[in-house]
Amino acid sequence: MMDLRDLYQDIILDHGRHPRNFGPLPDPSHLAHGHNPLCGDTVTIFVRLRDDRIAEVSFEGKGCAISTASASLMTEVMLNKTLAEAQALFAHFHTLATGGATGGLTGGAPGLPPGLEEEGDRLEPLAGVKAYPARVKCATLAWHTLEAAVRGGGTVVKTE
Amino acid sequence: MSVLIQERPMVARADGGAFDPVVIRRQFPVFERNPGLVFLDTAASAQKPAAVIDGLAEYYRTDYANVHRGVYGLSARSTARFEAARERVARFLNAADASEIVFVRGATEGINLVAQAWGLAFLKPGDQVLVSELEHHSNIVPWQMLRDRLGIELVVAPIDAGGGLDLEAFAHLLTPRTKLVAMTHVANVTGGLVPVERVVDLAHACGAKVLLDGCQAVPRLPVDVRALDCDFYVFSGHKCYGPTGIGVLYAKRAVLDAMPPWQGGGDMIRTVTFAKTTYQDAPQRFEAGTPDIAGAIGLGLALDFMDGLGMAAIRDHEAALTDHARDALLAVPGVTLIGADGPGLGVVSFQVDGIHPHDLATIFDRHDVAIRAGHHCAQPLMDRLGVVATARASFGVYSDEDDVAALVAAVRAAQRLFGLTSAR
Repeated sequence: MMDLRDLYQDIILDHGRHPRNFGPLPDPSHLAHGHNPLCGDTVTIFVRLRDDRIAEVSFEGKGCAISTASASLMTEVMLNKTLAEAQALFAHFHTLATGGATGGLTGGAPGLPPGLEEEGDRLEPLAGVKAYPARVKCATLAWHTLEAAVRGGGTVVKTE
Repeated sequence: MSVLIQERPMVARADGGAFDPVVIRRQFPVFERNPGLVFLDTAASAQKPAAVIDGLAEYYRTDYANVHRGVYGLSARSTARFEAARERVARFLNAADASEIVFVRGATEGINLVAQAWGLAFLKPGDQVLVSELEHHSNIVPWQMLRDRLGIELVVAPIDAGGGLDLEAFAHLLTPRTKLVAMTHVANVTGGLVPVERVVDLAHACGAKVLLDGCQAVPRLPVDVRALDCDFYVFSGHKCYGPTGIGVLYAKRAVLDAMPPWQGGGDMIRTVTFAKTTYQDAPQRFEAGTPDIAGAIGLGLALDFMDGLGMAAIRDHEAALTDHARDALLAVPGVTLIGADGPGLGVVSFQVDGIHPHDLATIFDRHDVAIRAGHHCAQPLMDRLGVVATARASFGVYSDEDDVAALVAAVRAAQRLFGLTSAR
């Protein structure tokens, strides 16, 4: 049995309790709402894109420690990334959280371009969620919402 | 351990024996297969006693054939057992006659049947259906669908500050346009006991019919539909120790007789030609197709099981354990109860400061404590209470104070994990 501490690491608890980049952006260029109908959790992602780069990103919403920490860590690693880099981080995170073959404990799943290793490491604490299938959606909600925001904006994303 | 068991307060049983959850638990194989399991999600679905599990297998091995058709002996036996289950349900609810019992898939289907058969036939634009803020989605959505189709109005009776039905406000919302009051008997989120006797009296005085959702009530207290005088009563078998896939719609015979059929098919007809079909009387008219025969028989066995313990004793047990759980949870700093001012039966909703209910449920699971976290299919009530989700512990005949102690220990463990133990 996995220890609860593998899921609720200090960094997760810290970001869950004190989320970074929390609150709306004034005049975001992109925005999307996310909703998990299963638990009622909601998240809104605010992005300001400048020349294909995430110049500013923030979030607000109501959720559990996992979803809040995941959103918080995501906004930290996504800041100043190009859309291509953001896509690579998304793919990396997805493997990490859903327990795909790659994305092991050393971080840096194949496909994570050079220069993003540090971001990969910072997401590592979220890997614990893959042992809790019922909670994976909590971790991925903010990420799917960010993806929807930068792709089109204005859509409501659901994970259930 | 034996000392603990002897010290546990016992509730007097109808037959004079003691109501002992530890002894009762031995009749539930799931606890044997999952030692250490603290199951506190009976409101979602109850575990099954061996009498039901084995009874289903025995029926399939011994008497199984389709019902209402076969001339041969096996089919006759199967039909007799199926109809005996209907009589068993009628007796359990104290219905006037077995023909007032319609077998459905569950309470949800029962409510949809009333909405589609009775509602479509008797409601006109401008008529009102009155529900409460306590309702499960299954007693909201069917009426919304009917509203959008017929142009009727859905009116919502509010809860009071304590989380119970505001009877005064309810009385004021009743008008000659109110044709149906559809309300829960025991609220699935809070465990609150709704004063349904008053609801029925007030509604009938206005000429409205009354549907009661008994999903959380039937497993927990004696229900007498004739004493209640309700027009419709629905419940699900799986919440009262019976199989999934079977439920009951009770309706007064005169009401059923006036209702047109709902689904068409075999078993519900008298004669069929391509020009015209004539229908069976109730209840067969509302049971198109081969029914869940084994489910109905299993439900009958589950009702036997509950009656064997005594419904009055079960009610006393559920009430005492609910009071105990409320007290035990409130004694933990940082715990808030949701909608627990009035009498409660078998369900306790709560929150823990600084810990989301989903995190609680995950942490509890690691302590082998199974609870429900979320909106409990009652999003309008969550909105009204100003919460996104709650943690919900619910009890059954096999639950006892040791389960509550494990729940409280799990709350404290979660607080320690989250570094919230300063308030001690």
